[in-house]
Amino acid sequence: MEATAATPDSLESSSRLWSWITTTDHKRIGILYGATAFVFLLIGGLEAMLIRWQLMKPDNDFVSAETFSELFTMHGTTMIFLALMPLSAAFFNFIIPLQIGARDVAFPRLNAFSYWVFLLGGLFLNASFLFGAAPDAGWFGYANLTSIQYSPGVNIDFWAMGLQILGIASLAAAFNFIATIINMRAPGMKLMRMPVFTWMAFITQFIIVTAFPVITVALVFLMFDRMFGANFYNPNAGGDLLLWQHLFWLFGHPEVYILILPTMGMVSEILPTFSRKPLFGYPVIVYSGILIGTIGWGVWSHHMFATGIGAAADTYFGAASMLIAIPTGVKIFNWIATMWGGKIRFTTPMLFSIAFIMLFTIGGISGVMHASPPTDLQQTDTYFVVAHLHYVLFGGAFMGIFGAIYYWWPKVFGRLLNERLGKLHFWLAFIGLNLTFFPMHFIGMLGMPRRVYTYSAELGVGGMNLAATIGALTIGFSTLVLVYNIWHTAARGERAGKNPWGAATLEWAMSSPPPVYNFSVIPEVTSRLPLWTVGGMNEIPDVPPEPIHVPGGSYWPVLAALGLVGFFTGALMHSLWVAIAAAVVLAVSVFKWAFEPFEM
Amino acid sequence: MNLDRRSFRRANQLAVLASAALLLGLAGCQGPFPQSTFSATTELGEDLSGLFWMIFWWGVAVFAVVQVGLIYVMIRFRARPDQPDPAPIHGHTALEIAWTLAPAMIIIFIAVPTIQVIWKEAGTDTANALQVQVIGHQWWWEYRYPEYGIVTANDLHLPQGRPVELQLTSADVIHSFWLPRLAGKRDMILGRTNRLVFTPDSVGEFWGQCAEYCGTSHANMRFRAFVHTPADFDSWVAEQTSAPAAEETLNDLERRGLAAYREVRTPASNSCIACHAIQGVSAGVLGPNLNHMGGRSTVAGGTLENTAENLAAWLRDPAAVKPGSLMPNTGLTESEIAALVAYLQSLR
Repeated sequence: MEATAATPDSLESSSRLWSWITTTDHKRIGILYGATAFVFLLIGGLEAMLIRWQLMKPDNDFVSAETFSELFTMHGTTMIFLALMPLSAAFFNFIIPLQIGARDVAFPRLNAFSYWVFLLGGLFLNASFLFGAAPDAGWFGYANLTSIQYSPGVNIDFWAMGLQILGIASLAAAFNFIATIINMRAPGMKLMRMPVFTWMAFITQFIIVTAFPVITVALVFLMFDRMFGANFYNPNAGGDLLLWQHLFWLFGHPEVYILILPTMGMVSEILPTFSRKPLFGYPVIVYSGILIGTIGWGVWSHHMFATGIGAAADTYFGAASMLIAIPTGVKIFNWIATMWGGKIRFTTPMLFSIAFIMLFTIGGISGVMHASPPTDLQQTDTYFVVAHLHYVLFGGAFMGIFGAIYYWWPKVFGRLLNERLGKLHFWLAFIGLNLTFFPMHFIGMLGMPRRVYTYSAELGVGGMNLAATIGALTIGFSTLVLVYNIWHTAARGERAGKNPWGAATLEWAMSSPPPVYNFSVIPEVTSRLPLWTVGGMNEIPDVPPEPIHVPGGSYWPVLAALGLVGFFTGALMHSLWVAIAAAVVLAVSVFKWAFEPFEM
Repeated sequence: MNLDRRSFRRANQLAVLASAALLLGLAGCQGPFPQSTFSATTELGEDLSGLFWMIFWWGVAVFAVVQVGLIYVMIRFRARPDQPDPAPIHGHTALEIAWTLAPAMIIIFIAVPTIQVIWKEAGTDTANALQVQVIGHQWWWEYRYPEYGIVTANDLHLPQGRPVELQLTSADVIHSFWLPRLAGKRDMILGRTNRLVFTPDSVGEFWGQCAEYCGTSHANMRFRAFVHTPADFDSWVAEQTSAPAAEETLNDLERRGLAAYREVRTPASNSCIACHAIQGVSAGVLGPNLNHMGGRSTVAGGTLENTAENLAAWLRDPAAVKPGSLMPNTGLTESEIAALVAYLQSLR
């Protein structure tokens, strides 16, 4: 489409709906990702509240067994694929081009396509509730519970196709960011000068492009079994149930690092800023991130120690899993060393980041416990693992994300979130999550399995479950404080200026929110911390010295996304005609997109 | 050595009880804990919990170093008014090496005993072991004792002092056999057989539960294990291998129950005999074998005590007790239910 002249403010230049639907601006797409994922976070959180309400006391009958299965399946699926990953993607979109000194991502329309596929995929998954057929076999969907024989409804079809749709969104975005980071860095922005957030995001993209094809294969097998009577997961016809588990965890364990590495990057930005000290051991943190991403590929069967894979496999996977503790520990020590000798300001982002270190450490320690296969034989599939994974993914990843929200909010919207409300949010979340998840270590070790909708009073864990439920409600309330903070500061928030925190990286060099073209002149950097170094970069004038052309929007990506999701909808309905019609929309959209004049 | 390990474990148990008591004190005291992993009664269970405690104390050490370090840093280096910007220190090679080696050493201390237990467990001698085939069903447990020709359900009976080899598999979806105080857990997978070998040391009743999500009533897939003295186990075997009471010995009510049991209903799948087996009466294989079911401790997959009221409730509407139950609501009349309860309870 035609190029439009630069306007000073990307967010106020055009607020019409159409311009958002057709946008290819990485900043707007980042905001769309963030807003959508935040709504899914609220939905996933609501599901968690309902789960905890049911488990508040023994033999409770607040929800039925069937509903409970749907709730825990959708809670896990939503939090991982619709909240945590896309919240990270929101920051990738908005922050990475700014941090590396680029005007946009490498493929702006592909970026829009990723977002729309993600949105429609999330709606597709959640539409299952409207048909009373929400997925109900767990986020891990173990075969053969997912077979037509044991799950005859469309619940599993919604899940298997929804995940394939979301996988396409993640893959397209990952290739885009790899191309962006490799090719679009500003002059002087060497790889080892990149901010650590961009580095961790970079590593994450490689994990995504290698891990998602694996689950895609697993899901295609599943769909062949369900739709065409294939027997990949049918032991009675020579298939193997552990095939699913190997494929799923071959994806599923790297997925953990897809969730945690970006937030490690966020924390690595926040800690130096508020300690007023450079990150301690920058190259070591980068290399240990690479190491975590690499070893993460060789440990998947530690999710399967109870399946009887044999002593030799147990030995290897146990030892390899423990190895991950080394680069993780190194990161933790470097973060503490970053704060050591600093000038620490306890802002809301800093509090969340320090809590990240504390809580992630707890999750890491319990992780080493069930990296030992014999120990795991008591712990796997119990609430101990629920405690562990929530310390990693909530105490770790989500606390990091919350910190990042408070940290980059002023850059994105030009106004600071309220600090008092932020600290209230922090303390409620911190207390709530410890009250929820710490007792779960004991609940599990005292004999309560996971994924049970009810439990006997005689197990003796009723009181601790009540404590966990109170904690969960506290977390829920803390999230409402964040929502109120966002609403409250939208009009009244303090204006941010370019660099409200006195941070060191490139994204703080231009006005907040950034102009549509990002940098009035392309920066040239000579330092890892350009804003903290005298002569670290050239001057960025507020007004572009010469006109900058930015690409206009395109509606082909959103049409292509509609065609893609329509195709899966046709498959879900077993309607060949819907599938063919949607495939035509997809093909035409991609064709038109390819030949559309689009200037960068 | 053994004594030392045991007293070490005592100390560990005290530590966890103290922290559990703290939590329980906050949340209202409860207990005892029939499925606790903290009170193993077999060598296998003690090996598992011994490893756990070893790693636990390393974890406590790491936890203390990190949290104390963080809190110290937060207090010592908080921003003060008029404080100049700190020196820009970028790293320290010797420190990096030190805190790479420290966790590596801890990992070695944890990995070596771990690997020892893995191989010890894998090499357990099963020559003289009592073999029990354990088959998971949605949502109940089937036990077969090939040595004695016994087929039973939900209550697992074991002799004290003799090694047991459980051969675990499934008839449908994946289940996981978890008997925390005796043996940890192993998955039960259609098309595969997993082993769990241990020697019950203490006589008593032990609780277990399915640990792998296996569908709607996963939470209701529970069981109990009874460890008997060898003599008591022998009399249990004798009881199980004897034929159920002959029809002539039944009283009127029980006899009407037998008739209700035998009745072919519409649809045929609503008949008891379509799924259940009782020696000399029926030979169904889809549901639990009901020989001697009157002597079992529970009904409905281990969820309810085996009382007349509970059994009647189960027969009246199985899905109300166990959601998703594969036993249909067979539309029994109240008098049929009363007769069936009497008959089934007579099967001892």
